[in-house]
Amino acid sequence: MSEEKQHISSYTSHILVLGALLVLTAASVAVTSLEMGKYNTLVAMLIAGTKAGIVLTWFMHLKFDNKIFAIFTVAVIVLFLLVLYVTFFDYSYR
Amino acid sequence: MSETITSKHVSFLEHKGKYKGLLGWILSTDHKRVGLLYLYTMLVFFSIAAILGLLMKIQLIAPGYTIMGPQTYNSMFTVHGIIMIFIIVVPGLPAVFGNFFLPIMIGAKDVAFPKLNLASWWIYIIGILVVLSSQFVGGWPDTGWTFYAPYSFRTPTNVLPALFGAFILGFSSILTGINFVVTIHRMRAPGMTWFRMPLFPWTLYATAWIQILATPVIGITLLLTVMERVLGVGVFDPTLGGDPILYQHLFWIYSHPAVYIMILPGMGAISEILPVFSRKRIYGYKAIVLSSLAIAFVGYFVWGHHMFTSGMSGRALYAFSFLTFIVAIPSAIKVFNWVATMHKGSLNFQTPFYWAVSFIFVFMIGGFSGLTLGSLATNVHVHDTHFVVAHFHFIVFGGTGYSFMAALHYWYPKMFGRMYDRGWANTGWAVFFGGFLTLYLPMFGLGMQGMPRRYYDYLPEFHTGNIISSLGAILMIVGAIIVIVNLVRSARYGEKTSEKNPWGGKTLEWETDTPPTLENWEDLPTVEERPYEYK
Ligand code: HEM
Ligand SMILES: [Cu+2]
Repeated sequence: MSEEKQHISSYTSHILVLGALLVLTAASVAVTSLEMGKYNTLVAMLIAGTKAGIVLTWFMHLKFDNKIFAIFTVAVIVLFLLVLYVTFFDYSYR
Repeated sequence: MSETITSKHVSFLEHKGKYKGLLGWILSTDHKRVGLLYLYTMLVFFSIAAILGLLMKIQLIAPGYTIMGPQTYNSMFTVHGIIMIFIIVVPGLPAVFGNFFLPIMIGAKDVAFPKLNLASWWIYIIGILVVLSSQFVGGWPDTGWTFYAPYSFRTPTNVLPALFGAFILGFSSILTGINFVVTIHRMRAPGMTWFRMPLFPWTLYATAWIQILATPVIGITLLLTVMERVLGVGVFDPTLGGDPILYQHLFWIYSHPAVYIMILPGMGAISEILPVFSRKRIYGYKAIVLSSLAIAFVGYFVWGHHMFTSGMSGRALYAFSFLTFIVAIPSAIKVFNWVATMHKGSLNFQTPFYWAVSFIFVFMIGGFSGLTLGSLATNVHVHDTHFVVAHFHFIVFGGTGYSFMAALHYWYPKMFGRMYDRGWANTGWAVFFGGFLTLYLPMFGLGMQGMPRRYYDYLPEFHTGNIISSLGAILMIVGAIIVIVNLVRSARYGEKTSEKNPWGGKTLEWETDTPPTLENWEDLPTVEERPYEYK
């Protein structure tokens, strides 16, 4: 990608990412004390997913890079969710 | 092409790089040499695993103890399966012909990351060594290539190296996949639009995505099994609160897509060969491309058909059976395209064509038996019987194996600058084909009668089928020896050829030198029309 302009992120954006990750980590520890049955897993996964999203978007530059990378990433996540969905045909109806 | 100074036309085989001799091969980043490294490695391990297979068939020629007892037999099918699946057919055509021909067919000088490419081969070798170390340290593993929990962490035999080695082999596969995706996106020659790309690169592209996205799942699964065995973490062990069916889910979430890693490139090679030997444009180019992508996509959602009798929920059974029937459609589209390509063509009966046509024949039998297995009621009857063994040998050996042989006989003169003996090649094919059918067809019947797989012994009523099958195995091995000896011998002593296009192909690899030079092209080619334009 030498011919394309490199995006340089500022320290502020890095610090913001770090802050968000720390807050969310604290949150995922905190929710373990709530009794939500099988939804505990769901909440934990949602928080982890958000963290991964933040890392991908800002820290790993998906937002500033060629669109095709964002498209691929989203496609892969959709595929992964579909696989999970099909898996739960088993686990939800046992 | 202009005949400039001869020194510019040194073939990659004779090219002198930084290192000489063996080092010049195992440290070479030339995609062609890397491809050949894979070829030679596979040849060695295929021979070993084939001998194990033959020994198993000799054991089964009569009921009871013939040449080995139960424990040895269990280890044999395990090691046979691990080598054949993880070391031979999963890397398979992409590692050999993908490496060798992908850059040439899209008009590039090498893959996008040549060093990574060499690293993939090294990781592959390290993985193999780790797998093999299980043979010498402790007892041979006896779990089958599927490593099902909870047995895989209970057995006293040495499964750890096998698990860990398979884990390492996965990385090799992922790196090759990444390399190919980037190569195809970024390095196509001027004018080579997506829909002017030949079909073999297309199938490599679809395969590469499966390699990248599915392989990590097996990596994690094998690693969890290692943790379970070593540290007693209870993921799959029911006595620790784990779920053994979860193991099967995770294993097949990789391993069903993996069967498409095995077969898609083979389908691509067949799609290259048939138009050339029919002197006709391929029928339905776009349908073949789209069905490849469809197979890659739908193939992610059918893994449950390996688990119909494992105790999944009823809804999951229906869903997976339905999806399994869907995935057969794109394969059938391809068969239709191939047959239509040959229809009214002027057929040229040569060795690659024989392998390609017999591929279609055995692939159809394999595919239809897959549908038999995919319907819920029949599956209960034939699951874990010899019927399954017949199914996947027809489709993996008959599919991937035959297409590999077709591809090898097709591209051989280009790769080695020598020609094999055609008479022996055809004889070898005929003996092999006859042996193959005699070996595997009776297994369908045996499975229907109820003979289970993975036992060293059987009831007397299965004797006839087993005798026929075992004799077939011997015949097939004879055929394989003829084929392989002919190829190996000819690489040294075969008739020299520098003809660029011996078969009259229309794709780019037939425009470069035979054998190709280090960078394939003096000047990058420009592409003006679709492939296979026979007028
Ligand atoms: C036409 C599409 C296909 C269908 C419908 C199909 C269906 C099935 C089903 C239902 C089973 C499970 C049988 C059982 O254990 O009860 C099976 C096993 C298997 N199939 Fe296929 N299959 C298809 C194509 C393929 C292809 C293309 C390959 C590989 C190139 C393949 C390789 C295998 C293997 C290796 C097994 C056995 C795994 C084991 O238990 O060791 N299949 N197939
Ligand atoms: Cu499958």
